[in-house]
Amino acid sequence: MLAWVVPAMALLLVAPYVIDPFQTLTLTYGLIAAIAALGFNLLLGYTGLLSFGHSAFFGGGAYTVAFLVKYLKLASMELFLAGSVLVAAILSALFGYVCVRYTRIFFGILTLALSQVLWSLAFKFFWVTGGTDGLRIPTPTLLGMAPSDDKMEFLAHHYYYYVLAVFAICVVLMWVIVHSPFGKALQAIRDNEIRAEFIGIRIRRYRLIAFVISGIFTGVAGALWAPLNGLASPDILVWTFSGEIVFMTVLGGFRTFVGPIVGAIAFTYLKTYAVGFTVYWQLLLGTVLVVLVLALPTGIMGAVERLASKIKKSG
Amino acid sequence: MAVFLIHILNALLYSSVLFLIAGGLSLIYGVMRILNLAHGNLYALGAFVTAWAIGLALGAGAPNVVLFVLLPAGAIAAAVAGAVIERTLLRPFYKRPEEYQLLMTFGLLMILEDLIRLVWGPNPLSATSVYASLGSISVGGDRYPAYNLVIIAVGIIAAVFLWAFIYRTRFGVLLRATSQDKRMASALGVNVNRIYIQAFTLGCFMAGLGGAIVVPSQSAVLGMGVDALVLAFIVVVIGGLGSLEGALAGALIVGVVREAGITLFPEIELAVLYLIAAIVLLVRPAGLFGRA
Repeated sequence: MLAWVVPAMALLLVAPYVIDPFQTLTLTYGLIAAIAALGFNLLLGYTGLLSFGHSAFFGGGAYTVAFLVKYLKLASMELFLAGSVLVAAILSALFGYVCVRYTRIFFGILTLALSQVLWSLAFKFFWVTGGTDGLRIPTPTLLGMAPSDDKMEFLAHHYYYYVLAVFAICVVLMWVIVHSPFGKALQAIRDNEIRAEFIGIRIRRYRLIAFVISGIFTGVAGALWAPLNGLASPDILVWTFSGEIVFMTVLGGFRTFVGPIVGAIAFTYLKTYAVGFTVYWQLLLGTVLVVLVLALPTGIMGAVERLASKIKKSG
Repeated sequence: MAVFLIHILNALLYSSVLFLIAGGLSLIYGVMRILNLAHGNLYALGAFVTAWAIGLALGAGAPNVVLFVLLPAGAIAAAVAGAVIERTLLRPFYKRPEEYQLLMTFGLLMILEDLIRLVWGPNPLSATSVYASLGSISVGGDRYPAYNLVIIAVGIIAAVFLWAFIYRTRFGVLLRATSQDKRMASALGVNVNRIYIQAFTLGCFMAGLGGAIVVPSQSAVLGMGVDALVLAFIVVVIGGLGSLEGALAGALIVGVVREAGITLFPEIELAVLYLIAAIVLLVRPAGLFGRA
């Protein structure tokens, strides 16, 4: 494992010096998406619950930042993160309380439906949320350091490292969570609910805790995304955005720990180039998804693993 | 009084379209256990095809009667699309976990959304001449578009036909048997694959019909499918996923609440609908008419 982590981390550390600022920004978006996908996968990969409502927590995090800027005139990224953790925790506890009573398809529909409530509120209460115009978000201070005049330089450098640090913390935290007794219990629930209940695991409570952790991770991603994008708009609350989070997780492979990370970065690049390449990017991405589900259901990491084991066998 | 009557008619109008969409969604889920996220796009496809066909006919100078004959074109197109989708893309997934089916239909949603844009462009298509050709009637002194009554009538006729189809024909018996126990039905000689493709086609036909009859009164626009799907979800959650009676009851509830919401509480109209759905779920988890 370490043999992979060290080179990957080294590459991410030197990236802003090697690739141009535009590429660095795309990579920043990728890392932020990776945090969201990591959180999402605690539910899909480890607890066996497919949520189609994670846009609520992502958007919740982003709108928290926007509100803190607009109504409290705050500018500190640390306060933004703290605020969005709090908001995402409250939102996911509320949603989770209703949703974890169900599993499978009903869980998916319910999460989708509840996230659409937030969307409709953001959409309709335009005097609070700016409606479809959204709310503008200026570049924040990082650890008390004011943003420099060159916004692009600041985002592609200081902000990149800030996101990278948060990303690293999130990865370590998630690693600890899924390898803790709690994480093992979640996997037991995923694999056999009835047996898990028999050995004394309180299924509903564990699912709720997993739901809240998952929501918080996604909320943090939303908070990091907001200043980078400069605008919080209802687009990130629509349920199809939740679909994108599902998409990237499956693209990377939801049966492995690193799958969502790989998938999120790959998806971000894929989408950036598809959008630049054609107005019919949805058609392109949709086809990718259909082919993926048909031919490569274990995602990129699943394919890599299979390839690696084949090489080992023949070698 | 007249205003009240018009509100009732509007609620019925809305319920009719919703029943066609949600009924198809529910039928497909009931028989195949597949939740089709692309279902709204088939509704949109119906609307676009009908608007396009009527536009062509108008260009050729066809009389009004022909325009009405062309209305079902969208429903037929959606049914054909459904049959193709079931046969090629969904059939490999019946034995795999349902997460993959959801993902597949989500991919389909993206594809269909852009295919409609590719074929008909980004501008709305309308077929208002059909709407205008019927003129209006007088409801308690106020004028009300006569075409809206056609939509309500189609909704009622579709509900009656569907009921007769499912409870009074041999095909309906096979459909219900497959829905209740697929393996048992298969063991007794039912060709389950054929039932599946028929059920999926029928469900898509209903969605397409919804789009086809609605397009004269409002334009076909990009994104209409995704919006409709979310409302159809509320309907089936309230009524019970997989139940046609539930789809009917859910569509009526949503239609009435929405009509009341537009005049009384426009900001939180959608939120109120979700709240009703949430309450129904907490009290009766399987929905009003669902089987546990």
